[in-house]
Amino acid sequence: MKLTLKIWRQPNPRAKGTFETYSLEDLNPAMSVPEMLDVLNEQLMAAGKTPIAFDSDCREGICGQCGFVINGDVHSPERGATTCQTHLRSFQSGDTLVLEPFRAKAFPIKKDLCVDRRALDRIIMKGGYISVQTGQAPEANSTRIPLEQAETAFEAAACIGCGACVATCKNASAALFTGAKISHLALLPQGEPEAAKRVQAMVAQMDVEGFGACSMTGACEVVCPQGVSIAHIVRMHAEFWKS
Amino acid sequence: MYKKITGTDAYQEPMLISPSAHFSMGGLWVDYELQSNLPGLFVLGEANFADHGANRLGANSLLQACVDGYFILPHTLMHYLAGETALGARKLAAEERLLQEARARIDLLQNIKGMRTADQFHRALGALLTQKCGLIRERGQLQEGLKEVKELQKSFYEDLFLPETGEGLHMELEKALRVEDYLELAQLIFTDALQREESCGAHFRVEYQTEQGEAARNDAEFQFVSAWESTSEGFQLHREALHFQYMQPQERSYQ
Amino acid sequence: MLDPKIPEGPLDQKWQQFKAQARLISPANRRKYRVIVVGTGLAGSAAAASLAELGFSCEVFTYHESPRRAHSVAAQGGINAAKGYKNDGDSVWRMFQDTLKGGDFRSREASVFRMAECSMALIDQAVAQGVPFAREYSGYLANRSFGGVQVSRTFYARGQTGQQLLQGAYQALMRMVATGSVTLHTCHEMLDLILEEGQAKGIIARNLETGAITAHAADAVVLATGGYGKIYYLSTLAMLCNGSAIWRAHRRGAYFAAPSWTQFHPTSLPQLGPYQSKLTLMSESLRNDGRIWVPQNRGIIVPPPTFPKRSATIIWNANTRLTVI
Repeated sequence: MKLTLKIWRQPNPRAKGTFETYSLEDLNPAMSVPEMLDVLNEQLMAAGKTPIAFDSDCREGICGQCGFVINGDVHSPERGATTCQTHLRSFQSGDTLVLEPFRAKAFPIKKDLCVDRRALDRIIMKGGYISVQTGQAPEANSTRIPLEQAETAFEAAACIGCGACVATCKNASAALFTGAKISHLALLPQGEPEAAKRVQAMVAQMDVEGFGACSMTGACEVVCPQGVSIAHIVRMHAEFWKS
Repeated sequence: MYKKITGTDAYQEPMLISPSAHFSMGGLWVDYELQSNLPGLFVLGEANFADHGANRLGANSLLQACVDGYFILPHTLMHYLAGETALGARKLAAEERLLQEARARIDLLQNIKGMRTADQFHRALGALLTQKCGLIRERGQLQEGLKEVKELQKSFYEDLFLPETGEGLHMELEKALRVEDYLELAQLIFTDALQREESCGAHFRVEYQTEQGEAARNDAEFQFVSAWESTSEGFQLHREALHFQYMQPQERSYQ
Repeated sequence: MLDPKIPEGPLDQKWQQFKAQARLISPANRRKYRVIVVGTGLAGSAAAASLAELGFSCEVFTYHESPRRAHSVAAQGGINAAKGYKNDGDSVWRMFQDTLKGGDFRSREASVFRMAECSMALIDQAVAQGVPFAREYSGYLANRSFGGVQVSRTFYARGQTGQQLLQGAYQALMRMVATGSVTLHTCHEMLDLILEEGQAKGIIARNLETGAITAHAADAVVLATGGYGKIYYLSTLAMLCNGSAIWRAHRRGAYFAAPSWTQFHPTSLPQLGPYQSKLTLMSESLRNDGRIWVPQNRGIIVPPPTFPKRSATIIWNANTRLTVI
C-alpha cells in the first residue's frame, strides 16, 4: 500500500517545528506504525537526510514509551491501542497520515516526535507509593482483600504511564494518570495510612508541573490503551475532600 | 491481540506460532555473593549467569531479579563495602584516559562514512545467529557462523553509515554502539556453543542426542559452568565445577 | 577452577550462615559509601531502593527517560514462590528441585536453593508495596500451576505480572529519590567500566539527550542491565534491550558465563515480513494449562475447528525440548 506522511520535524526543544511531507510505497498492511517509520528512516538515511526521532521500545503496548498523534488521534485511530499496536491495515492505501508529538505544556518536545514526560515521574515521587522498607512486610495472606476491590485496584494500576490522557485532554490535565495511582493505592488496605498525605501532595504536584484542571469530559478514558476508567478520577476527588 | 497483530481471525484460520529468542540464561559470571571475578562489580537479574542453569523455568525470571535486588545484594554488598575505605570526593586515576577512549570510539564510528545503517548490520547479524546458532546447533554450522560474524564485523568498520543529526538525541549512534558490541559478543556465543560438546537445556547440539532424539547431556565432561575471559590471544575458558550433593543429576525426557 | 565462595554448612542453612557472619557497616557510616546501579528493571530498582533504605548513597543510571520503562514490564506469566498456599506439597525443597532440574543440572545448588528460600519474603514484600496480585473470592491470594511443574506456586496479576512488580519497585525507588539518597540519571547509557587496581570503581556514561560523556566514581558498581536476546534482532525483547554494559565490563576483565545459552520461547507470533522488528509473545495467561478461551461477546457459537492437525504438530515437535514460559 501507499501512504503520504506529514511529520512534525523539530531539531531541538528551542527550535520552531514544521511539518514535512514524505511518501512511502510498497508498504505491507501488517506493518506497525513504528515499523513504517523504521522503513522511512532507512530511506531518509539512504538519501543522506536526518532520520526522524521517535520513541518506541517494547512494541507490544506495555512499556508506555511510544506514542504520538496520528491524524488527530492520540496513539491510534483504534480504541485501546498504543501507537506500536497500530498497524497499517487501519488505514487505506492512498491515505495521508499526519504525525505530530503529544502536545502539552508539561511535556516539552525534545526532538521531532519525542517529548519529555518526566513530569509524570515527579508526580509519583510526591507520594505514589506505599512506604514499606525491604524486610518490613508481614505475611502476604494476613490481609484479605475482597476480590472485587482487588480487581478494581488492578484496573487502576494497569496504567502504563504513556501520557496519552494528558495529550488528548483540552486542558492537558494529568487527572487520569494521577487518579489511577491514588485510586490503586487507596483501594488497598496497605495504602490507607498514607492516603491523605498522598493525595494532597500528588494533586499539588500536578499544578506545579503545569498540568491543567480536569473538566471530566472523559476524553482521556477513550484514548487510554489500558482502558483506565474516569471513575478513578472521581475516587481521587473523593480522597482529596476526605483528606 | 492475535488479530490486532496478524490481521487473521483465530476462529477461522489456524494460529501461527514460531519460536523466538527470549531469555538469556548466560551473563556475567558471579559467585554466591553476586560478585563478578572483578572485586566491587556486582551483577544482578538476567544480566548475570546464576540460578537458571541451561534453561529457565517459567515464572522464575521475575523472581530471580527481585530476590537478587531486594534480599541478596543488600547483604553481600555491605559485606564487601565494610572492607573498603570510602572513596569520598577522590577522582579516579583512569577517568581521563577512559573518557578519551569513549570519545575516540564514537569518532571512529562517525568517521567510517559508509553505506549501511546500524539496523541493517543488526538484522544481518540476527539472521546469521538464528540460522547458525539458534534452536538447533551443529559443529559445521557453528564454525561457519563464527567465520561469517568476523566478516560482518569487518564490513561494519568499513561500511557503517551514521547520519548527521545535529545536537541532542542521536538514536542511530546509540544503535551503532550496541551493534558494535553485539558483533563481538556474537563471536563469543559461537565459541561457547562450539566448545560445549553436549546438549543441555536450551543448548541442543545435533551431534549429541539419544536414539529417541532427546538431548544427551555429558555429565562426565561438561558438569561445569563455562566462564570466558577476553584476552589479546582470544577467548580463554575458565571453569566452575558444579557439585550435586542434594539432588543427583537425572536425564530429561519429553517422550 | 573458579571459586564460587559458597558458605559451609547444610544447604538450607548456608544463606542464614552467610548473613549471620557478614560484615556490617554502622548506619551512621553507610552514607559515606556511594554505589552505582546501572539499570532500573526489577533487579536494579529493587537493589537501589533497598540500599538507599539502608542509608547508602546511590547513583542510578538508566537509558530510559523513566525507570518504569525497563523491560521487566513485559513479563506476563507470573512469579513463583514456595508459599505452599494450596496444600499441594510444595516447599522450598521442591521448588529447589524443580529449578535445578529445569536448568538441566547446570546451575549451582546453593544459589538455586537461596532463590527458592527468599521467594516467600518477596511475595510479602510485593503485596505490602501494593502489587495487585490476583485473589480468590475469599480475598486470599490466588495461585496457578505454571511452567510444567506439578504444584501451583505461581502468583500473577492478570497478564501484567512484570508491569505490576516493576511498578512496586519503581515506586519504592522514586520514594528514595525523593529523600535525596538516590540520584537518578535518566537517559544515560553506560559506555565503560572504570577499574582501579583491579577493583570496579565507576563507570563512563553518555547522556543520550545532550551527547555529553562523563565519568562517575563510586565504591562499588552494580549492573542490572537485563538480557541480550535482542542480539538475534527478532526476539521477544524490546528494541532498546542490549548487552553493552555487561559486554563492556567483560572487556575490562569480567568473565562471561554460558553466553550461548539463550532460551527460545516456543509461542511467539511469526514473522510476517522483512520489515518486522520484533516477535510478540502470545499471552501466556491465554495458553496456560486449564485456561478456556471464550468469545468476548455472549451468545457467539463457534463451530469446533477443522484445522489440519499437521501444522500444529510440526511446530510443537520442533519445540518440545523447550519447556519454557
